[in-house]
Amino acid sequence: MADKILAVLEQREGSLKKVSFEAASVALNLANQLGMQAEAVVVGNDINNLNEISKYGISKLTHLKHELLSNYSPSAYSDTLASFAKETDAQILIFPNTAMGVDLAPRIAVKLNAGIVMDCMKLEIIDKDVIATRPVYAGKALIEVKLNSQTKIFTVRPNVFKPQLVNSASTQVEVKQVENPNLKTRVTAFKKSEGKLDVAEADIIVSGGRGMKGPENFHLIEELAEVLGGAVGASRAVVDAGWRPHREQVGQTGKTVSPSLYIACGISGAIQHLAGMSSSKYIVAINKDKDAPIFNVADYGIAGDVFEILPALTEEIRKIKS
Amino acid sequence: MKIAVCISQVPDTATRIKIGSDHKSIDPNGVTYIINPYDEFAIEEALKTKEKIGGDSIVYVISVGDDSVKETLRKALAMGADEAVLLKSSSAKDSIGIAKALAEEIKSLGCELVFCGKQSVDYDSGITGQLIAEMLDYNCVSVVVDFKLEGNKITAEREIEGGREVVETELPAVITAQKGLNEPRYASLKGIMAAKKKIIAEKPAVDSSSFTEILDMHLPPSKQPGRILGTDKSAVPELVRLLREEAKVI
Repeated sequence: MADKILAVLEQREGSLKKVSFEAASVALNLANQLGMQAEAVVVGNDINNLNEISKYGISKLTHLKHELLSNYSPSAYSDTLASFAKETDAQILIFPNTAMGVDLAPRIAVKLNAGIVMDCMKLEIIDKDVIATRPVYAGKALIEVKLNSQTKIFTVRPNVFKPQLVNSASTQVEVKQVENPNLKTRVTAFKKSEGKLDVAEADIIVSGGRGMKGPENFHLIEELAEVLGGAVGASRAVVDAGWRPHREQVGQTGKTVSPSLYIACGISGAIQHLAGMSSSKYIVAINKDKDAPIFNVADYGIAGDVFEILPALTEEIRKIKS
Repeated sequence: MKIAVCISQVPDTATRIKIGSDHKSIDPNGVTYIINPYDEFAIEEALKTKEKIGGDSIVYVISVGDDSVKETLRKALAMGADEAVLLKSSSAKDSIGIAKALAEEIKSLGCELVFCGKQSVDYDSGITGQLIAEMLDYNCVSVVVDFKLEGNKITAEREIEGGREVVETELPAVITAQKGLNEPRYASLKGIMAAKKKIIAEKPAVDSSSFTEILDMHLPPSKQPGRILGTDKSAVPELVRLLREEAKVI
């Protein structure tokens, strides 16, 4: 039987998340190049969209199920997944680099005595080795690394590896009941934040900086994010000033993001901010100061007043969307 | 209770990174090192916890590195930590190697509660705390923005996409600190003076083979400065056209 690559899928509130399909596609792609077999696994209770995985060419999905595992439990999820990985003798595990993935993957690395590379932006095969490229110093530099361990774990940055649709036979879904989950550490509640979409997951981000002049003006950012279906981001200056919550901060002490479109409004582009967003596919800068460093990384810029341009931009996009 | 705080020193976040001549690490010339920003939240939470539970609690700060790390340990002592341990290692270690060295020391000190920053802003993996917990078979809550300890019982809130998870667990445990957990205190003059007299214990870090091999370090491809489309709202239709037709992102 061929060696296995295991994609560890993520479900929240009973649905597989988009990052799951990204991880599945990465696993399949590596498996094809290495002559291995890609499988997927997920921990949870009822999951409503398990069959969607068949679109991504995964032949087998194992659902490790228990009614007390609908919410994340670091101890139970890591125990359950590590014993499954041992059982299937998986050589490579792929996790999404999400809050859950970052929490889980290192625990499983210790349990499996595996090496681990976090937040990969590229995975290539060179001489049968997986070479991972990942950002360090919040993206100010990149490193290429390989693992010398028998079992290898890679977490992949959301939004970087696009899910690839594959025409193939259906996925065999096997449900395995988990016995006596280890709930030493358990999630007892989820407090949803007010913002609609999280910067770490969004494909479009509209960010505001000190040029927004005050928290009362951020509705302009929110409105543009809304028409684009994107998330609201913020610079460190405005988070430190208490205008916006820390979860929205983009940069070296906030989140490092790679959306398709990043719109920076009233952000001058301090080096620690640029580090967190310059791997975005397209960057738009709106700033009064035409010499602001943000224009050095922007694809398109308007060197003008955000208070005039933002409403016009929101209006123009609303027009084409309707 | 014995409380450990694991800290590291990192280049100042305003540093412009240059690649070293080995093409595997950064050029340290001209780099100012600071205490990892997330570790300040970890130290603060340890001190607050000690103040709350009182008694003869001790806060240890532990770091892996060379002699240059002493300055950073001294800063943690000035904030109020009681004792410092430097686990000396001249060779680079991956996260697992660092976690092994820290876990060994935490075990020999007998600390039941461990705080770490949620990630160190150099290699940014964000996994050291979870690794230590797993190696010691401690419970662990990562990326914590709210922490309560009552007796043996921990209730913490961790930041995840779109909200916070409320997590319950018990000691012994590792907590990794996220910005927002608290406001780190400044070292007082008295604290700074007292820190000068505190001893930094030095021990060799446990040796371990590394699973990770860095093959190359390079700068990200530099972006060509783009086009300035105008200086007022008359540029907006052109911007929208480019986003739709050229970039195809909306």
